Amino acid sequence: MDIEELQPILEAIIYAADDPVRPEQLKEVFPQESYDKIEMALQALVRDFNARRGGMWIREIAGGFRMTTRPEHHEHVRAYLKTKPGAKLSLAALETLAVIAYKQPVTLAEILAIRGKKSTTALHTLLERKLVVILGRKAVVGRPILYGTSKEFLVHFGLKDLSELPTLEEFAQMAGEVS
Amino acid sequence: MDGTEDRDTNGSLQDEPALTIRLEGFEGPLDLLLHLIKREEIDIWNIPIAHITEQYLSYIQMMQDLNINVAGEWLLMAATLIYIKSRMLLPADPVLATSEQEQQEDPRKELVYQLLEHQKFKNAAQMLYTREEVENAVWSSPPQDALEDGQEVIAVSLFDLLQAFHEVVKRFEAQAGIEFDQEEVTIEQKLTELRRLLVVHDSLAFSSFFATAASRRHLIVTFLALLEMVRLREVVLRQKKAFGEITINRQKPLEETP
Repeated sequence: MDIEELQPILEAIIYAADDPVRPEQLKEVFPQESYDKIEMALQALVRDFNARRGGMWIREIAGGFRMTTRPEHHEHVRAYLKTKPGAKLSLAALETLAVIAYKQPVTLAEILAIRGKKSTTALHTLLERKLVVILGRKAVVGRPILYGTSKEFLVHFGLKDLSELPTLEEFAQMAGEVS
Repeated sequence: MDGTEDRDTNGSLQDEPALTIRLEGFEGPLDLLLHLIKREEIDIWNIPIAHITEQYLSYIQMMQDLNINVAGEWLLMAATLIYIKSRMLLPADPVLATSEQEQQEDPRKELVYQLLEHQKFKNAAQMLYTREEVENAVWSSPPQDALEDGQEVIAVSLFDLLQAFHEVVKRFEAQAGIEFDQEEVTIEQKLTELRRLLVVHDSLAFSSFFATAASRRHLIVTFLALLEMVRLREVVLRQKKAFGEITINRQKPLEETP
Protein backbone atom coordinates (compact mmCIF):
# COMPACT_ATOMS: atom_id res chain seq x y z
CA MET A 1 0.00 0.00 0.00
CA ASP A 2 1.43 3.40 -0.81
CA ILE A 3 1.23 6.54 1.23
CA GLU A 4 -1.65 7.99 -0.82
CA GLU A 5 -3.75 4.91 -0.07
CA LEU A 6 -2.79 4.85 3.58
CA GLN A 7 -3.63 8.48 4.22
CA PRO A 8 -7.48 8.37 4.04
CA ILE A 9 -7.55 5.18 6.13
CA LEU A 10 -5.51 6.84 8.86
CA GLU A 11 -7.85 9.83 8.70
CA ALA A 12 -10.83 7.53 9.23
CA ILE A 13 -9.18 5.80 12.17
CA ILE A 14 -8.24 9.07 13.85
CA TYR A 15 -11.80 10.32 13.38
CA ALA A 16 -13.34 7.22 14.93
CA ALA A 17 -10.87 6.86 17.82
CA ASP A 18 -11.75 7.87 21.35
CA ASP A 19 -8.16 8.54 22.37
CA PRO A 20 -5.22 10.06 20.52
CA VAL A 21 -3.99 7.47 17.99
CA ARG A 22 -0.35 6.50 18.44
CA PRO A 23 1.80 5.34 15.51
CA GLU A 24 2.44 2.01 17.31
CA GLN A 25 -1.29 1.33 17.31
CA LEU A 26 -1.45 1.96 13.57
CA LYS A 27 1.46 -0.41 13.04
CA GLU A 28 -0.71 -3.13 14.61
CA VAL A 29 -3.41 -2.41 12.03
CA PHE A 30 -0.90 -2.51 9.17
CA PRO A 31 1.62 -5.17 10.20
CA GLN A 32 2.95 -5.47 6.64
CA GLU A 33 3.75 -1.75 6.35
CA SER A 34 6.95 -0.26 7.69
CA TYR A 35 6.92 2.04 10.65
CA ASP A 36 8.58 4.76 8.57
CA LYS A 37 5.87 4.62 5.96
CA ILE A 38 3.13 4.95 8.56
CA GLU A 39 4.95 7.92 10.08
CA MET A 40 5.28 9.56 6.68
CA ALA A 41 1.62 8.96 5.85
CA LEU A 42 0.68 10.50 9.22
CA GLN A 43 2.79 13.58 8.60
CA ALA A 44 1.34 13.99 5.11
CA LEU A 45 -2.18 13.57 6.47
CA VAL A 46 -1.71 16.18 9.19
CA ARG A 47 -0.18 18.61 6.70
CA ASP A 48 -2.90 18.17 4.05
CA PHE A 49 -5.79 18.02 6.49
CA ASN A 50 -4.77 21.14 8.40
CA ALA A 51 -3.87 23.05 5.23
CA ARG A 52 -7.53 22.83 4.27
CA ARG A 53 -8.28 25.26 7.12
CA GLY A 54 -11.63 23.63 7.73
CA GLY A 55 -13.54 23.47 10.97
CA MET A 56 -11.53 20.47 12.15
CA TRP A 57 -7.86 19.88 12.61
CA ILE A 58 -5.56 17.03 13.54
CA ARG A 59 -3.24 17.70 16.44
CA GLU A 60 -0.53 15.77 18.20
CA ILE A 61 -1.62 15.16 21.76
CA ALA A 62 -0.14 12.85 24.40
CA GLY A 63 2.07 11.10 21.87
CA GLY A 64 -0.78 10.42 19.44
CA PHE A 65 -2.96 12.08 16.84
CA ARG A 66 -6.40 13.45 17.54
CA MET A 67 -9.03 15.15 15.42
CA THR A 68 -10.87 17.99 17.10
CA THR A 69 -12.87 21.03 16.14
CA ARG A 70 -10.86 24.22 15.96
CA PRO A 71 -11.16 26.27 19.16
CA GLU A 72 -12.15 29.43 17.25
CA HIS A 73 -15.52 27.88 16.44
CA HIS A 74 -16.38 27.11 20.05
CA GLU A 75 -19.13 29.70 20.40
CA HIS A 76 -21.21 28.31 17.56
CA VAL A 77 -20.57 24.68 18.41
CA ARG A 78 -21.56 25.36 21.99
CA ALA A 79 -24.66 27.22 20.89
CA TYR A 80 -25.68 24.18 18.87
CA LEU A 81 -24.83 21.61 21.54
CA LYS A 82 -26.37 23.84 24.22
CA THR A 83 -23.59 22.96 26.62
CA LYS A 84 -21.80 25.08 29.12
CA PRO A 85 -18.03 25.05 29.48
CA GLY A 86 -16.96 22.11 31.63
CA ALA A 87 -15.90 22.40 35.23
CA LYS A 88 -12.54 24.11 35.38
CA LEU A 89 -9.82 23.53 37.91
CA SER A 90 -9.47 25.96 40.80
CA LEU A 91 -6.49 28.27 41.03
CA ALA A 92 -5.12 26.23 43.93
CA ALA A 93 -5.42 23.03 41.89
CA LEU A 94 -3.74 24.65 38.87
CA GLU A 95 -0.84 25.91 40.97
CA THR A 96 -0.35 22.54 42.59
CA LEU A 97 -0.53 20.91 39.18
CA ALA A 98 2.09 23.33 37.83
CA VAL A 99 4.45 22.41 40.66
CA ILE A 100 3.91 18.70 40.01
CA ALA A 101 4.32 19.06 36.24
CA TYR A 102 7.66 20.85 36.55
CA LYS A 103 9.10 19.14 39.62
CA GLN A 104 7.98 15.55 39.10
CA PRO A 105 8.56 13.16 40.69
CA VAL A 106 7.66 15.28 43.71
CA THR A 107 6.44 14.67 47.26
CA LEU A 108 3.67 16.51 49.11
CA ALA A 109 6.27 18.08 51.42
CA GLU A 110 8.16 19.48 48.43
CA ILE A 111 4.94 20.92 47.01
CA LEU A 112 4.28 22.56 50.39
CA ALA A 113 7.76 24.10 50.38
CA ILE A 114 7.19 25.74 47.00
CA ARG A 115 3.60 26.82 47.47
CA GLY A 116 4.07 27.83 51.11
CA LYS A 117 0.77 26.30 52.01
CA LYS A 118 -0.96 22.98 52.47
CA SER A 119 -2.06 21.43 49.20
CA THR A 120 -3.87 18.28 50.32
CA THR A 121 -7.29 19.23 48.99
CA ALA A 122 -5.92 20.38 45.65
CA LEU A 123 -3.86 17.19 45.31
CA HIS A 124 -6.97 15.13 46.05
CA THR A 125 -8.89 16.87 43.28
CA LEU A 126 -6.05 16.25 40.85
CA LEU A 127 -5.84 12.56 41.78
CA GLU A 128 -9.62 12.19 41.48
CA ARG A 129 -9.58 13.78 38.04
CA LYS A 130 -6.69 11.48 37.12
CA LEU A 131 -4.48 14.39 36.06
CA VAL A 132 -1.92 13.29 38.63
CA VAL A 133 -0.75 9.77 39.41
CA ILE A 134 1.39 8.13 42.07
CA LEU A 135 4.79 7.29 40.64
CA GLY A 136 6.21 5.45 43.64
CA ARG A 137 7.87 6.26 46.90
CA LYS A 138 10.96 8.31 47.59
CA ALA A 139 13.87 6.42 49.12
CA VAL A 140 14.17 8.66 52.17
CA VAL A 141 12.97 8.40 55.75
CA GLY A 142 9.24 7.89 55.85
CA ARG A 143 9.21 6.82 52.20
CA PRO A 144 6.88 9.65 51.08
CA ILE A 145 4.70 9.16 48.00
CA LEU A 146 6.00 10.63 44.74
CA TYR A 147 3.53 12.28 42.40
CA GLY A 148 3.69 13.00 38.69
CA THR A 149 1.41 13.98 35.83
CA SER A 150 -0.59 11.45 33.80
CA LYS A 151 -1.42 10.98 30.15
CA GLU A 152 -4.80 12.48 30.99
CA PHE A 153 -2.91 15.64 31.96
CA LEU A 154 -1.46 15.91 28.44
CA VAL A 155 -4.89 15.37 26.89
CA HIS A 156 -6.61 17.83 29.23
CA PHE A 157 -4.16 20.62 28.37
CA GLY A 158 -3.70 19.64 24.72
CA LEU A 159 -0.01 18.85 25.03
CA LYS A 160 2.01 16.62 22.73
CA ASP A 161 4.37 15.70 25.57
CA LEU A 162 5.88 17.34 28.64
CA SER A 163 8.62 18.98 26.61
CA GLU A 164 5.97 21.13 24.95
CA LEU A 165 5.51 23.02 28.22
CA PRO A 166 7.42 26.31 28.32
CA THR A 167 10.57 26.03 30.43
CA LEU A 168 10.59 27.30 33.99
CA GLU A 169 13.25 29.82 32.97
CA GLU A 170 10.72 31.54 30.74
CA PHE A 171 8.48 31.96 33.76
CA ALA A 172 11.43 33.12 35.81
CA GLN A 173 11.90 36.03 33.42
CA MET A 174 8.28 36.96 33.91
CA ALA A 175 8.70 36.57 37.67
CA GLY A 176 11.67 38.96 37.63
CA GLU A 177 9.33 41.60 36.24
CA VAL A 178 7.17 41.42 39.35
CA SER A 179 8.91 44.35 40.97
CA MET B 1 -8.98 28.24 50.58
CA ASP B 2 -7.49 27.63 53.98
CA GLY B 3 -10.88 27.35 55.57
CA THR B 4 -11.93 24.61 53.18
CA GLU B 5 -8.65 22.75 53.55
CA ASP B 6 -9.04 22.64 57.27
CA ARG B 7 -12.60 21.54 56.99
CA ASP B 8 -11.69 18.71 54.67
CA THR B 9 -8.88 17.40 56.79
CA ASN B 10 -10.89 17.51 59.98
CA GLY B 11 -13.87 16.03 58.22
CA SER B 12 -16.24 17.71 60.62
CA LEU B 13 -18.72 20.35 59.68
CA GLN B 14 -20.08 21.02 63.12
CA ASP B 15 -17.22 22.95 64.67
CA GLU B 16 -17.07 25.59 61.96
CA PRO B 17 -17.73 29.17 63.02
CA ALA B 18 -21.04 30.54 61.84
CA LEU B 19 -19.43 32.66 59.16
CA THR B 20 -16.22 31.94 57.29
CA ILE B 21 -14.82 34.20 54.62
CA ARG B 22 -12.17 33.40 52.09
CA LEU B 23 -9.84 36.04 50.76
CA GLU B 24 -9.98 35.46 47.02
CA GLY B 25 -6.61 35.50 45.38
CA PHE B 26 -4.66 35.29 48.63
CA GLU B 27 -4.19 31.58 48.57
CA GLY B 28 -1.31 31.60 50.99
CA PRO B 29 1.21 33.83 52.75
CA LEU B 30 3.48 33.96 49.69
CA ASP B 31 0.60 35.29 47.59
CA LEU B 32 -0.04 38.03 50.12
CA LEU B 33 3.63 39.01 50.19
CA LEU B 34 3.79 39.14 46.38
CA HIS B 35 0.66 41.27 46.38
CA LEU B 36 2.16 43.70 48.89
CA ILE B 37 5.42 43.91 46.92
CA LYS B 38 3.53 44.62 43.71
CA ARG B 39 1.18 47.14 45.29
CA GLU B 40 3.93 49.09 47.01
CA GLU B 41 6.10 48.90 43.89
CA ILE B 42 8.94 47.43 45.90
CA ASP B 43 12.16 46.12 44.36
CA ILE B 44 12.01 42.43 45.14
CA TRP B 45 15.81 42.34 45.61
CA ASN B 46 15.65 45.03 48.26
CA ILE B 47 12.56 44.46 50.36
CA PRO B 48 12.07 46.90 53.25
CA ILE B 49 11.48 44.11 55.72
CA ALA B 50 10.25 46.21 58.64
CA HIS B 51 7.61 47.86 56.46
CA ILE B 52 6.46 44.65 54.82
CA THR B 53 6.31 42.81 58.14
CA GLU B 54 4.09 45.54 59.52
CA GLN B 55 1.78 45.32 56.50
CA TYR B 56 1.71 41.55 56.66
CA LEU B 57 0.81 41.50 60.35
CA SER B 58 -1.98 44.02 59.84
CA TYR B 59 -3.48 41.70 57.22
CA ILE B 60 -3.32 38.78 59.63
CA GLN B 61 -5.04 40.93 62.24
CA MET B 62 -7.72 41.80 59.72
CA MET B 63 -8.24 38.16 58.86
CA GLN B 64 -8.65 37.32 62.52
CA ASP B 65 -11.11 40.18 62.97
CA LEU B 66 -13.11 38.79 60.06
CA ASN B 67 -13.20 35.42 61.74
CA ILE B 68 -11.07 33.88 58.99
CA ASN B 69 -9.35 30.73 60.04
CA VAL B 70 -5.68 31.74 60.04
CA ALA B 71 -3.81 28.55 59.28
CA GLY B 72 -0.39 27.68 60.67
CA GLU B 73 1.51 28.65 57.53
CA TRP B 74 0.41 32.28 57.90
CA LEU B 75 1.82 32.43 61.41
CA LEU B 76 4.98 30.63 60.33
CA MET B 77 5.56 33.31 57.70
CA ALA B 78 4.94 36.03 60.28
CA ALA B 79 7.61 34.44 62.48
CA THR B 80 10.00 34.21 59.52
CA LEU B 81 9.51 37.89 58.70
CA ILE B 82 10.14 38.97 62.28
CA TYR B 83 13.23 36.78 62.40
CA ILE B 84 14.61 38.34 59.20
CA LYS B 85 13.81 41.78 60.53
CA SER B 86 15.81 41.15 63.72
CA ARG B 87 18.72 39.67 61.72
CA MET B 88 18.77 42.83 59.60
CA LEU B 89 19.14 44.95 62.71
CA LEU B 90 22.25 43.12 63.88
CA PRO B 91 25.55 44.65 62.79
CA ALA B 92 27.93 42.45 60.83
CA ASP B 93 30.10 40.28 63.04
CA PRO B 94 33.42 42.20 63.43
CA VAL B 95 35.30 39.04 64.49
CA LEU B 96 34.67 37.32 61.19
CA ALA B 97 37.30 37.68 58.50
CA THR B 98 36.31 39.81 55.49
CA SER B 99 36.05 36.80 53.21
CA GLU B 100 33.63 35.18 55.60
CA GLN B 101 31.76 38.44 55.90
CA GLU B 102 31.23 38.44 52.20
CA GLN B 103 29.85 34.98 52.50
CA GLN B 104 27.41 36.09 55.14
CA GLU B 105 24.18 36.04 53.28
CA ASP B 106 21.58 38.71 53.14
CA PRO B 107 18.98 37.33 55.59
CA ARG B 108 16.29 38.14 53.05
CA LYS B 109 17.84 36.06 50.30
CA GLU B 110 16.07 32.80 51.05
CA LEU B 111 12.70 34.49 51.21
CA VAL B 112 13.30 36.31 47.93
CA TYR B 113 14.15 33.06 46.18
CA GLN B 114 11.07 31.46 47.65
CA LEU B 115 8.95 34.35 46.40
CA LEU B 116 10.45 34.23 42.91
CA GLU B 117 10.02 30.45 42.79
CA HIS B 118 6.41 30.85 43.86
CA GLN B 119 5.81 33.53 41.24
CA LYS B 120 7.23 31.21 38.56
CA PHE B 121 4.68 28.56 39.42
CA LYS B 122 1.90 31.11 39.58
CA ASN B 123 2.81 32.05 36.01
CA ALA B 124 2.93 28.38 35.06
CA ALA B 125 -0.53 27.92 36.58
CA GLN B 126 -1.75 30.85 34.49
CA MET B 127 -0.41 29.13 31.38
CA LEU B 128 -2.24 25.93 32.30
CA TYR B 129 -5.39 27.95 32.85
CA THR B 130 -5.19 29.39 29.35
CA ARG B 131 -4.52 25.98 27.84
CA GLU B 132 -7.47 24.51 29.70
CA GLU B 133 -9.64 27.29 28.39
CA VAL B 134 -8.64 26.46 24.82
CA GLU B 135 -9.13 22.71 25.34
CA ASN B 136 -12.57 23.42 26.76
CA ALA B 137 -13.41 25.02 23.45
CA VAL B 138 -12.71 22.01 21.25
CA TRP B 139 -14.67 18.86 20.63
CA SER B 140 -13.30 15.59 19.40
CA SER B 141 -15.20 13.04 17.44
CA PRO B 142 -17.35 11.33 18.44
CA PRO B 143 -18.34 14.17 20.75
CA GLN B 144 -18.37 13.11 24.36
CA ASP B 145 -21.78 14.69 24.82
CA ALA B 146 -23.26 12.15 22.41
CA LEU B 147 -22.86 9.59 25.16
CA GLU B 148 -25.74 11.23 26.97
CA ASP B 149 -28.33 9.18 25.17
CA GLY B 150 -26.13 6.14 24.69
CA GLN B 151 -25.51 3.18 26.91
CA GLU B 152 -22.26 4.36 28.35
CA VAL B 153 -23.56 6.24 31.30
CA ILE B 154 -22.23 5.15 34.62
CA ALA B 155 -24.78 3.90 37.09
CA VAL B 156 -24.52 6.02 40.20
CA SER B 157 -23.36 4.18 43.28
CA LEU B 158 -24.60 5.01 46.74
CA PHE B 159 -21.15 6.32 47.52
CA ASP B 160 -21.34 8.80 44.63
CA LEU B 161 -24.76 9.85 45.79
CA LEU B 162 -23.67 10.41 49.37
CA GLN B 163 -20.60 12.24 48.13
CA ALA B 164 -22.79 14.50 45.98
CA PHE B 165 -25.14 15.11 48.89
CA HIS B 166 -22.21 15.89 51.14
CA GLU B 167 -21.10 18.50 48.58
CA VAL B 168 -24.57 20.04 48.60
CA VAL B 169 -24.60 20.26 52.39
CA LYS B 170 -21.08 21.69 52.40
CA ARG B 171 -21.99 24.33 49.84
CA PHE B 172 -25.14 25.14 51.77
CA GLU B 173 -23.22 25.62 54.98
CA ALA B 174 -20.60 27.68 53.24
CA GLN B 175 -23.26 30.05 51.96
CA ALA B 176 -25.72 30.42 54.77
CA GLY B 177 -24.71 30.73 58.34
CA ILE B 178 -28.13 31.18 59.84
CA GLU B 179 -31.07 28.89 59.41
CA PHE B 180 -34.37 30.66 59.23
CA ASP B 181 -36.56 27.77 58.30
CA GLN B 182 -38.81 26.77 61.11
CA GLU B 183 -41.67 25.30 59.14
CA GLU B 184 -41.83 21.55 58.99
CA VAL B 185 -41.51 19.92 55.60
CA THR B 186 -42.60 16.33 55.34
CA ILE B 187 -41.26 13.82 52.87
CA GLU B 188 -44.76 13.55 51.33
CA GLN B 189 -44.89 17.29 50.68
CA LYS B 190 -41.43 17.19 49.21
CA LEU B 191 -42.33 14.22 46.99
CA THR B 192 -45.29 16.09 45.53
CA GLU B 193 -43.12 19.11 44.93
CA LEU B 194 -40.37 17.11 43.23
CA ARG B 195 -42.83 15.22 41.04
CA ARG B 196 -44.27 18.53 39.88
CA LEU B 197 -40.75 19.70 39.06
CA LEU B 198 -40.10 16.61 36.98
CA VAL B 199 -43.24 17.12 34.94
CA VAL B 200 -41.66 20.29 33.61
CA HIS B 201 -38.09 18.99 33.32
CA ASP B 202 -37.02 15.69 31.82
CA SER B 203 -33.81 15.79 33.75
CA LEU B 204 -32.31 17.92 36.46
CA ALA B 205 -28.83 18.42 37.84
CA PHE B 206 -28.46 16.84 41.26
CA SER B 207 -27.26 20.07 42.85
CA SER B 208 -30.09 22.19 41.43
CA PHE B 209 -32.53 19.80 43.05
CA PHE B 210 -31.54 21.27 46.37
CA ALA B 211 -31.46 24.90 45.34
CA THR B 212 -34.64 25.91 47.13
CA ALA B 213 -33.85 24.25 50.44
CA ALA B 214 -33.62 26.73 53.29
CA SER B 215 -32.20 24.58 56.04
CA ARG B 216 -30.17 21.47 56.73
CA ARG B 217 -33.32 19.64 57.68
CA HIS B 218 -34.89 20.69 54.41
CA LEU B 219 -31.88 19.33 52.52
CA ILE B 220 -32.13 16.00 54.28
CA VAL B 221 -35.87 15.72 53.62
CA THR B 222 -35.25 16.48 49.93
CA PHE B 223 -32.54 13.83 49.82
CA LEU B 224 -34.81 11.23 51.44
CA ALA B 225 -37.61 12.10 49.02
CA LEU B 226 -35.18 11.62 46.14
CA LEU B 227 -34.14 8.20 47.46
CA GLU B 228 -37.82 7.30 47.72
CA MET B 229 -38.35 8.24 44.09
CA VAL B 230 -35.39 6.10 43.06
CA ARG B 231 -36.86 3.20 45.01
CA LEU B 232 -40.23 3.66 43.29
CA ARG B 233 -38.36 3.83 39.96
CA GLU B 234 -39.86 7.20 39.16
CA VAL B 235 -36.42 8.57 38.44
CA VAL B 236 -33.03 7.22 37.45
CA LEU B 237 -29.77 8.80 38.43
CA ARG B 238 -27.05 9.07 35.82
CA GLN B 239 -23.49 10.20 35.78
CA LYS B 240 -21.72 10.80 32.49
CA LYS B 241 -18.28 10.16 33.87
CA ALA B 242 -16.72 9.22 37.15
CA PHE B 243 -17.01 12.05 39.71
CA GLY B 244 -19.07 14.02 37.19
CA GLU B 245 -22.29 15.83 37.91
CA ILE B 246 -25.17 13.49 38.71
CA THR B 247 -28.38 14.08 36.82
CA ILE B 248 -31.86 13.08 37.88
CA ASN B 249 -33.84 11.74 34.94
CA ARG B 250 -37.54 11.05 34.78
CA GLN B 251 -38.37 7.43 33.98
CA LYS B 252 -40.57 7.98 30.96
CA PRO B 253 -42.45 4.67 30.63
CA LEU B 254 -43.79 4.84 34.17
CA GLU B 255 -44.68 8.46 33.79
CA GLU B 256 -46.80 7.74 30.73
CA THR B 257 -48.69 4.79 32.21
CA PRO B 258 -50.14 6.13 35.40
